[in-house]
Amino acid sequence: MLLSDILVYGLMNGAVYAMLAIGFSLIFGSARIINLAHTAFFMLASYAVFYFGSNLGLSPFLSIPVSIILVVLIGVFVYYVFMEPIREHETAVLIVTVAIALVFQEAVLIIFGGHYRGVSSIISGYISPFGIRISYQYLLTLGVVSLALLTVWLLLMKTRLGIAIRSSAQDREVANLMGMNVARIAAATMAISVALAAVAGVMVAPLYTLEPHMWLNPLVLVLAIVILGGLGSVKGSFIGAMILAFIEVTVVFLLPGGAFLKVAIALAIMLVILIVRPEGLFGVYLEGER
Amino acid sequence: MKGKYYLLLTLVATLVLLLGLVGCTPAADDTAPPVNGEEEEPGPEFDGEIKIAVTGPMTNIQGEMMWWGATMAMEEINEAGGVAVGDEKYSIRLIQVETDEIMDPLGAVSAVENVIVSEDPDFLIGGFRTEAVTPYTDLVARDYQKIFLICGAATNELLQGRVDEDYETWKYLFRVTPIRSTDLVRVTMLMLHEVAMAVREELGIAAPKVAILAEALEWNEALVQGAPAVYFPQLGLEHVGTFRPSATASDVTTELRGIEASGAHIIYTIMSGPVGIPFGKQWGELEIPACPVGINVEAQKSGYFPATDGFGDYDYTLNTFALNANITDQTIPFMTKFMDKYGQVPNYNADTYTAVYLLKEAVERAGTMDTDAVIVEMEKTDRVGPAGRIVFDEIHDVIWGPGYVTAVGIQWQEGDLVACWPYEWRPDPQNAPDLVVGFDGVVPYQIPPHVLRQWRGE
Repeated sequence: MLLSDILVYGLMNGAVYAMLAIGFSLIFGSARIINLAHTAFFMLASYAVFYFGSNLGLSPFLSIPVSIILVVLIGVFVYYVFMEPIREHETAVLIVTVAIALVFQEAVLIIFGGHYRGVSSIISGYISPFGIRISYQYLLTLGVVSLALLTVWLLLMKTRLGIAIRSSAQDREVANLMGMNVARIAAATMAISVALAAVAGVMVAPLYTLEPHMWLNPLVLVLAIVILGGLGSVKGSFIGAMILAFIEVTVVFLLPGGAFLKVAIALAIMLVILIVRPEGLFGVYLEGER
Repeated sequence: MKGKYYLLLTLVATLVLLLGLVGCTPAADDTAPPVNGEEEEPGPEFDGEIKIAVTGPMTNIQGEMMWWGATMAMEEINEAGGVAVGDEKYSIRLIQVETDEIMDPLGAVSAVENVIVSEDPDFLIGGFRTEAVTPYTDLVARDYQKIFLICGAATNELLQGRVDEDYETWKYLFRVTPIRSTDLVRVTMLMLHEVAMAVREELGIAAPKVAILAEALEWNEALVQGAPAVYFPQLGLEHVGTFRPSATASDVTTELRGIEASGAHIIYTIMSGPVGIPFGKQWGELEIPACPVGINVEAQKSGYFPATDGFGDYDYTLNTFALNANITDQTIPFMTKFMDKYGQVPNYNADTYTAVYLLKEAVERAGTMDTDAVIVEMEKTDRVGPAGRIVFDEIHDVIWGPGYVTAVGIQWQEGDLVACWPYEWRPDPQNAPDLVVGFDGVVPYQIPPHVLRQWRGE
């Protein structure tokens, strides 16, 4: 029973973490942008679906795509106005993205207040395979996240845009010399990256509590995951997300009185792995499989 | 040209960052627009003003409740002619201090010091998160010798070990609400006993199993350690596990799965943070077969039911007030006025209302604003407020018990928040068998229907 519990809950949590981490990794790999506002887009999407669904009364089939599109547009706007002009200055980009995240946080605080909000599940209820209760919303989230990850993988591997993104990630200067518009490719990557964060945001909104600081904890996890997996590696991010999620779930089941330590223990194990392998599990920026 | 552009952008980015940080930094906020514009300047009929700083997480419901409760009292007092200080009449002015102490306990200390230095308030009230209130009450009492009425933090050690051991340093501190941690344990144990009796009677389980779900914070350590060691055996309950998520955890499905696997019939909850919402939602949606009882501050609020999408129904939590419990003749009028004014059911933080009145009356009895004289009069307090009769003990803590402040147990029942404890409570059946405590309007506790169904095998 314990093993099946850990497997099921580890997989579910890992999928959401992977979604966030892969988006983060993608924009770093392609444009060398460490976007610390990444999980702020996740927060914006959660609040957008709350606003359109709970405040304006739109159905989930409308509020979810509208929220994702809106957040992607904001992401692209932010990229062109604040990131693209200073892209070459990595430290400045870092500061700007932190500033953007804080501005989003304060804007949400002003508009919605510091109250804890909840969003209705798209499908209510649960199933209990192997005696484990799993809500339909969790299953739906798992399905959508898997589909989104598959779509991104196909996009990267099978389309011209994907080839452009991968070649830009391998060597931007050569890609530029080969006639690719690397600025436009970076913008497209930013849109995909924000879209991944937005999809995660709208799907977990019914599962999580919405509050203006909700972007901070996931950011810590995302940073840990991408460092563990290897900065810039999509495959590494996926595997890193799964490792951290399984560690967290195992801690809760084996050490229930120390459940609050789950993130700390996961990060400690990440440190141990980094001591052995400082570049992370798949830590080559220009790895061949991307 | 390009270099200048980058420089300009970097400057703009830094400026934005600074603005963002300023927005995040707790600060004295007496210049911000007051809630619903209630703040009043002293009118010409007053000889001066008494400045009371209200310190709390103002963008959170706890801080809002503090501010609203204090504002209501301030308006009533000013409208009734203010505070008589000797032969003079003073108005009350409130200063809102955003401490942001839920997210940034250390920053709260700067916010409180900032308001003391810049505004020099006569008194301070408020304080929610122990991790913040401990250092800033230290500052208020030790460094600035100002009276501070705690209206939100329960930890015993905020007063115990301070006022009793070094009176001269700590005499400035009093607690108005809530009752201290050990009394919270006592009340929640009485509520737990009530739930255990219902489980025994309705489910036929002689020794119900209890799992503890407690956020990992300092204030509830006494409850987490003391309940299973001392109280559970006395109540004939079996402790089957303790789960301690973060106070800000947004997902507790794993913990709930662990609780279910432990075979618990009852979940003893001890939560003041936002984790209370995902708990209520996921517990209800997944139909975890165990009855929640204890403290869930989020469940004390009107917004809990919609925030949990209705799945938090039948959560049973401690509170200070309830709409259907006529604790004193002031309870229902206070609650009705508060709800008419702010559209929310007041929680325990809103008893800043009583705190402002306590200060007014102590100043009037002292006939001066001298701090030592006011402290002497505060110690003589004996006032009936909406939550009960307020009397302070020798360490300046509000006295709990029949005839004083008892607190109430409130349960969500089909979308309504109703009081279920004290319901025909016999505090001392051995020595005083005829003593039965209860308030008009209190209704019996109900086991959540899905728990009944599952344990009965329906």
